[in-house]
Order: sequence, then structure tokens, then C-alpha cells
Amino acid sequence: MRELSLNVLDIAQNSIKAEASLIEIELVESTEKKELLIGIYDNGKGMNDEQVQAVTDPFFTTRTTRKVGLGIPFFKMSAEMTGGSFGIESVPGVGTKVRALYKTDHVDFTPLGDMCSTVVILITMNLGVDFIYKRSLDSKQFVVDTRQLKEILGDVPLNEPSIVSWLTDYIQENTKQLTEV
Amino acid sequence: MKTLEELMALRDAAKANLTTREDSSEVTRIVVGMATCGIAAGARPIMAKFVDEIAKRNLQNVTVAQTGCIGMCQYEPIAEVLVPGKEKVTYVQLTEEKVAKIIVDHVVNGKPVVEYTIGAITE
Ligand SMILES: Nc1ncnc2c1ncn2[C@@H]1O[C@H](COP(=O)(O)OP(=O)(O)OP(=O)(O)O)[C@@H](O)[C@H]1O
Ligand SMILES: [Mg+2]
Repeated sequence: MRELSLNVLDIAQNSIKAEASLIEIELVESTEKKELLIGIYDNGKGMNDEQVQAVTDPFFTTRTTRKVGLGIPFFKMSAEMTGGSFGIESVPGVGTKVRALYKTDHVDFTPLGDMCSTVVILITMNLGVDFIYKRSLDSKQFVVDTRQLKEILGDVPLNEPSIVSWLTDYIQENTKQLTEV
Repeated sequence: MKTLEELMALRDAAKANLTTREDSSEVTRIVVGMATCGIAAGARPIMAKFVDEIAKRNLQNVTVAQTGCIGMCQYEPIAEVLVPGKEKVTYVQLTEEKVAKIIVDHVVNGKPVVEYTIGAITE
């Protein structure tokens, strides 16, 4: 993938396929450690130990249109090639946590890219799923929680064009604030 | 800075127009393939472009949704356009320019863009 934010979009699709009702996406960046952690946590149907073992192998998939699953192997590789690490924890019936840790100063670090687009598409294309998007840079943090937004919106859907445009600006402005001193 | 107060105001404005939704037998559906193959080939900006064009033209009875792998990974990004009462049209190797033309010619004016379809590409 050309941007890590595309891997995030793809990994979150697994959570949606696993029928999660709540998906948390967390990005934790440390300037001092030169590290970025990306976590995608869901409350979907989960996997047993054997499945977790198998999914990092690019020949495991439960999909039927193609014999290989590529999403998790791609994500794992993107982290490991920076000298970082990758892990999946999953409990059947409880949910799955996927974490990738990056060394941001490594030459093979893929830029994060347009995280805002990833988050807005996930939120607006999956109105039945709630999302928490947490992003932090050193000691600064911001959080978007669709449960809070939906409470404000009532029966106005999050995919109303005026709301989508507000949400996009809201995420972009908050992201920008993280990097301002 | 965007605030939650502003969101409340937008909600109130949107509420006023909410009741005018067309019934579902009139709705044109666009589905974009968003499996790994689609995303790697550029499905995200394609999806965003569809959403944008629909909002910009204020097309009330058109929806965009995502789907998994359509089974032709080498032709991604792929989108299907389903107009009620018409046969499904599958567009392949999409670009933002192609999306703009599909919206105008097919979705608005009812004339599929044959040269962008799977049939035309595999011939
Ligand atoms: N969050 C999750 N919850 C439950 N099962 C999961 C989750 N993520 C992955 N899986 C399982 O792992 C398999 C492999 O995932 P992976 O993303 O690598 O490939 P895929 O989704 O099958 O295909 P694609 O190449 O389109 O991503 C999935 O088919 C699914 O069975
Ligand atoms: Mg996948």
C-alpha cells in the first residue's frame, strides 16, 4: 500500500466483516522515540489461536473469491520492514486487537497519508458501526467518538453531505492542532 | 475551529429537509469494491469522488456503498451502478475522471459509459 492510512482502512474492513459494532482506531506517535503505534481494536466475532497463527501467513483466508488473504500480511510487513513489530490478539466472541509498531525514522517507513479520508469513509459507509478515532502526538491527544456525534445528530444520519463536510474539517483541524506548538 | 455546537446547528438545518427522501425503488445504488485488492488499487479516492460528485450535484436519490472483493482484482478499482429496472453496469479500472463522467452520463442522464465497462475492457 502507498499509505499506511490505506492499510488502516483495509484492516478495519476485516473488523466490519467480523460483524463488530464498535471499532477503535488508535494512533500514538512519539517524537522522542521516533515511533508510531497503529492499533485497530474491534468487538467482532474474533478468532481462535489457530486462526490467529494462520492469518499472518498470506495463504490463509476465509474469503471465497480468492484463495489468499493479503490484508494482514501487508500490514505486518509494513511495520516489520521499518524494524518495528506486529501483533494480533483475539478472543472468539469477544473481539480482535491488531497492533503495528513503526520506527518512523527508518527509510522504509511508509507515510501515513490521508488518515482523515480513511476515517470519514469508514464512518460514513458503515452507519451501523460505531467508531472511536484516537490520535496522539507526544502529550497531545484528540478523540472522535461516533456515539457522541450520533447522540447530537438524533435521526440526522452521519452521511448527510453537510455533516460529512463538518466531520472532515473537524478531523483535519484537530489533526493539525496536534502538530502546532 | 469546527465545534460540536456547529454540528448541532447543521443537524437542525438538515432536519428540515429530511422528510423528502425518495422511496427505495427509485434509488440508484453505486457500490465500490473495498477489499484489499480494491484499496491497494486506489478505491479510496474513487469512493470519495463518488460521494463528492453526488453531494456537489445534490443528487437526492443516489447512494454509495462499499462492498468486498468483486472477484476481478486485476481490474480494480471497480464500481457497480445499479439503476432501478436496469441491468447492473460494472465499471473497471476507475479514475476520478471516469467517475465524473459516469455520474453525468449514466447516473444523471441514464446513458452508461460503455467504454469504461468490464465488457469493453475484456473484449
Ligand atoms: N478483526 C478480525 N476479526 C475476525 N477475523 C478476522 C479479523 N481480521 C482478519 N480476520 C480473519 O483473517 C482472515 C485473513 O484476513 P486478511 O485481511 O489477511 O485477508 P482477507 O480479509 O481474507 O482478504 P483481503 O485480501 O481482501 O484482505 C480473514 O479472512 C478473517 O477470517
Ligand atoms: Mg482483509
